[in-house]
Amino acid sequence: MDVAFIIETIVKIVVILLIFSALAGLGTYFERKVLAFMQRRLGPMHVGPFGLLQVAADGIKLFTKEDIIPQNVVKPIFKIAPVITAATAFMASAAIPFWPQFTVMGYTVHPIVADINVGILYVLGVMAIGLYGPLLGGMASANKWSLISAARSAAIFISYEVISGLSLLAPLMMVGSLSLVDINNYQAGGIGNWIVWSQPVAFILFWIAAFAETGRTPFHLVANDHEIIDGFGTEYSGMRWGMFFIGEYANMFFISFVIAIIFLGGFGDGTIAGAFQLLLKVAFFFFFFLWTRAAWPDVRPDQLMWLCWKVLMPIAVLNIVVTGIVMMF
Amino acid sequence: MFEAIAFYLFAALTIVMFTITVMTSQALYAITAMAAGMIFISAFFFILGADFLGAIQIIVYTGAVMALYAFGMMFFDTTRDVIEKRTNPQIVFALGVLAAVMVVAIFVAPVVSNNIQALYPMQENVGNSQAVGMVLFTKYLVPFEVAAVMLLVAMIGGIILAGKKMDKSLTLMAEEEISTMDDGFEPQAGGH
Repeated sequence: MDVAFIIETIVKIVVILLIFSALAGLGTYFERKVLAFMQRRLGPMHVGPFGLLQVAADGIKLFTKEDIIPQNVVKPIFKIAPVITAATAFMASAAIPFWPQFTVMGYTVHPIVADINVGILYVLGVMAIGLYGPLLGGMASANKWSLISAARSAAIFISYEVISGLSLLAPLMMVGSLSLVDINNYQAGGIGNWIVWSQPVAFILFWIAAFAETGRTPFHLVANDHEIIDGFGTEYSGMRWGMFFIGEYANMFFISFVIAIIFLGGFGDGTIAGAFQLLLKVAFFFFFFLWTRAAWPDVRPDQLMWLCWKVLMPIAVLNIVVTGIVMMF
Repeated sequence: MFEAIAFYLFAALTIVMFTITVMTSQALYAITAMAAGMIFISAFFFILGADFLGAIQIIVYTGAVMALYAFGMMFFDTTRDVIEKRTNPQIVFALGVLAAVMVVAIFVAPVVSNNIQALYPMQENVGNSQAVGMVLFTKYLVPFEVAAVMLLVAMIGGIILAGKKMDKSLTLMAEEEISTMDDGFEPQAGGH
């Protein structure tokens, strides 16, 4: 293992961390603006041009706020819970190819931290640990709303993981590899080769599971303000509360990358045009998260479990069986 | 060198985590330390180049421990210490040490007697998951299928045990209906 490799990896990690923490902050701005326009409001507009500096103002507020640890909480767990959400979101990104490889001054850069051959399993597995943040935060704070939120996050976790795993199985059977780079190259032939055309059912199912995974409306029941105050976030303040949100928004971006790479061709054949297309697809999926939040109400926990176990799981299993039969004959 | 550093780091972390799991009287500490220990174990698979098993270790145990949290939530107030009733600590200690020694013996005996042979050496030019699949569906086909049948039996058993009154939903019922159906959800006292 030579020094150049180590330096390159560290640089990549720092770049990804910086870009996506900044994007997570900007994501809150996009969300507020998009929601505002859909509800005929203006959204943030006083701080800086078009309210862009609102992000900085919020950041300064969160960083400088007092970090309150309430008396009856389980202190170590309470303190580490937000870190789990934020850290696992970025750890999951290690196996995502964000960009096709390119050459800078004769040096080929692979914009992926670790091209392990089980990429998609690793990404989904580590992203799933992110739900431990709401769970532990909820269980550690001595608050009934938080405890309800923790119970709900356990229920969501157990429900959606089956769907995201089973729905991915059919496309993976076609590609024959778990590496996100291989999945991308399988679709390099252009728009006709996208997996979404041959696996539309898996695409829809995985998309639905992505909403549950990131805890977004209509599956935002871990922190529904109108039912359980702020759920796991009720007892948190300052930067610890903010870290939950950095994790949530980073997860939204990463899962958008994953959907775009698996189903919509990713960066295609690796040209600059393909790379920008990938960014456009990611932007669309991120926008769709916000659009859904503006347009749809939340479902109840029992409705979510009913949907996942009694509707989506049988469809996913049928999809696998049909794919298997088609591939066999 | 990096492998050695990573191995000793994760070995120490794993041991510390499982020590906390056993020693603490706080349910939340115990379950969280166990989840962390299980995830740290995946590091050993990654160090050995078994990426597939490492990822599977993370996925399986995050889900499994999540179910454990659900039970912890139902049985304990997880923000308080659990007060255990220890009637005979000597017997508990003796049985614990005996079980630990036996487990170590089971795993060390074949290593000491050099009885472990790799019958299916690593295939070249295939990915990690393909290699696991080849061994699983040739040499270990029967244990694999038996485990699948066992899981099916466990699933059906679970459905039958929990399935009583599943057609009724407490969420969709009015308050009066719930209070009138007095002993519907509780098994009869002194029953089987």
